[in-house]
Amino acid sequence: MVSALPPIALQAGGNRVVKGVKIEHVCGDPSLGPTGDAALRRHIVERCLEALATPVTTPTLFEVASTEEAAR
Amino acid sequence: MTLRVAHYLNQFFAGIGGEEVADRPPQSHEGPIGPGNLLASLLGPDGTVVSTLVCGDAFFNETAEEAHAAVADWLRDTGPELVVAGPAFAAGRYGVACAHVCRIADELGIPAVTALHPENPGRLTYPKAYAVPAGRTAASMKDALEAIVQLGRLLAAGDAPGPAEVEGYLPRGIRRPGHRAKPGAERAVEMLVAKLRGEPFLTEIPIDAYDAVAPAPPVADVSRVTLGLVTTGAIVPMGNPDRLKRASETRWSTYPLASRDELTADDYECVHGGFFNMIACENPNFVLPLDAVRALEREGAIGRLADFYCCTSGNDQRLADCARNGREIASALEEAGVEAALLVAT
Repeated sequence: MVSALPPIALQAGGNRVVKGVKIEHVCGDPSLGPTGDAALRRHIVERCLEALATPVTTPTLFEVASTEEAAR
Repeated sequence: MTLRVAHYLNQFFAGIGGEEVADRPPQSHEGPIGPGNLLASLLGPDGTVVSTLVCGDAFFNETAEEAHAAVADWLRDTGPELVVAGPAFAAGRYGVACAHVCRIADELGIPAVTALHPENPGRLTYPKAYAVPAGRTAASMKDALEAIVQLGRLLAAGDAPGPAEVEGYLPRGIRRPGHRAKPGAERAVEMLVAKLRGEPFLTEIPIDAYDAVAPAPPVADVSRVTLGLVTTGAIVPMGNPDRLKRASETRWSTYPLASRDELTADDYECVHGGFFNMIACENPNFVLPLDAVRALEREGAIGRLADFYCCTSGNDQRLADCARNGREIASALEEAGVEAALLVAT
């Protein structure tokens, strides 16, 4: 799952939690402009696919690159 | 004048039999049966068990409408001043039936009380039922019936019972304004000090405990997986056709994705009431990242995206509804051949 509030998602028992950007725009960032935003959203979804393929035994957080890095 | 009590029992406690007769339709009998005899003796000369309705647990749960109508008819015919259901202890279907009996009695304006183990699912069926706590099994029959009689007398007399923690019934999820001896800040500090000292304390706002869900095994090959999209972010087709609520929603919805490469502000909107949703209205892909998922599908990074998504409004929902929605969404995805799900929570 993608959550902008990972501590809550992990506490609630989410087993594969990808860190989203903000509650209002979990998957992306309008301040980056269309291209940067699309790159960031793609990066978040890619992290989700990686999380799905990763064995976990307890609630686990999957970090994403910083907004600027991911947008590059 | 003695209190007229009507008593509801399942087939087991009525002494008819177990699962083999659980499909028995409701049948009323004059006077007490089985545990009703103990109930009658606890009521003493002040009360009489005038009628007992017996129904099989399977019948009550599988033929709900018919069973509920039979309960209502029985109560109208019998005209009791108090309804006692169970005790059902930890028996799930029996507990659900007892909760419905309490609900139907309430709707007819007749006070009702049951006894349930605190984990009995009947507590979710009708949380407003007056239920005294019972043990897991009938070993606690006498204690449970004594508590039923005590609370039942209070209800039948038309007195509003005090708070659950004072009267000893199970919390009904209702908060009423009232006076406490000390202000909240002092109580909170006292609670914190007790906690730090390792001393016992009682929370005023219990939080439901989350169930631990065992992690699903990893997907062996994401490039061949059928992926499903789910969100609690209330992204709905423009106009909100299912009237998904901004908050306190109990349902979930599903909408087609088959012909779409992205979600547009013309066709979709965000109706979540728990955050500033204009950004998601302007670009719903912020909450349901269809554009990115489609691109990865085209490139072969994902096998296939399911041709629908599931959504609810994850705002001020009861944990019980969340858990049920989760189970229902998981089954819908599974039926559609989905092998992995991407859930975006807001």
